[in-house]
Amino acid sequence: MIVMRCERFQEFSMNSPLARFDPSEASKFFFQHGHTGWLGLKYSAHADNWVELELPWRDDLMGEADRAVLASGPIISLMDMASGMSIWQTKGTFTPIATLDLRVDYQRPARERSAVWGRVECYRITRSAAFVRGIAHDGDRDDPVAHIAGVFMTIGNDPREGKVPEGSAQASEAGTGDE
Amino acid sequence: MSKLELPPYARALGIKAHDVEDGVPVLTVEFGPSVEGRPAHYHGGATAGLLENAGYAALRARLIEEGREAQLKPVNITVQYLSAGKPQPSFAKGRITRLGRRNANITVEAWQDNRDRPIATAIMNILMA
Repeated sequence: MIVMRCERFQEFSMNSPLARFDPSEASKFFFQHGHTGWLGLKYSAHADNWVELELPWRDDLMGEADRAVLASGPIISLMDMASGMSIWQTKGTFTPIATLDLRVDYQRPARERSAVWGRVECYRITRSAAFVRGIAHDGDRDDPVAHIAGVFMTIGNDPREGKVPEGSAQASEAGTGDE
Repeated sequence: MSKLELPPYARALGIKAHDVEDGVPVLTVEFGPSVEGRPAHYHGGATAGLLENAGYAALRARLIEEGREAQLKPVNITVQYLSAGKPQPSFAKGRITRLGRRNANITVEAWQDNRDRPIATAIMNILMA
């Protein structure tokens, strides 16, 4: 889930208290540790309601021993992270969110030894949910490797004041996406 | 299970074979930096990686059992996140809900200390070429 390293991020945010969430700056923190650091994710680009990240090629991320093609697992991680960041970018603030559901439709294998980019847009935010869609591509956005769609809980908007509610939102704590 | 080889990505992430139940492999991963999201919790991507590999492992084991050879190609995966992945080992096992000639539909569950309370589930469609 996407509630990430809140403490470290807050620490970082304090250096610039009124600053809007900045995907490029936040990436410097997010990708230093943990799973996304291990994957070596990098910031690529963003605009009003989308964020693009890069998953560089690495030999040990292959899905099959005899084919130099990225496994699908790291692509899910890439898209999950880009999803979370697209939500923060759209809201303008870093608030805890949790992946509820993420669907990935694989269109074709990535090219051999190619990096993969994940571009995700947040197309709707309600009081308690955020909806995202996006593509993974290996250089040409018009010929995607995968399409994704996901739904996230926006925990911070819960009226019970940031307290994780029982039941469904407990899921938010789920080990899901984000850093 | 002996013939079942986990892909480079699975091994790099620390996924291992844990057990075989009725011919179906149960995979596991220890908690550690490579799977950590926010502090002391699994990253959703790592959980998805465990689920996906367990799905493939279940299918490969069945194909070996049936003497079939096929290259597996992912069609899609839908992951549902149910509760927090805590800093302890996770396990996952797939169930083949339908095995056709060209397509397999697989349901996968991941759990930690309480198997009755999965932390995440996935549904996968895999093409067999």
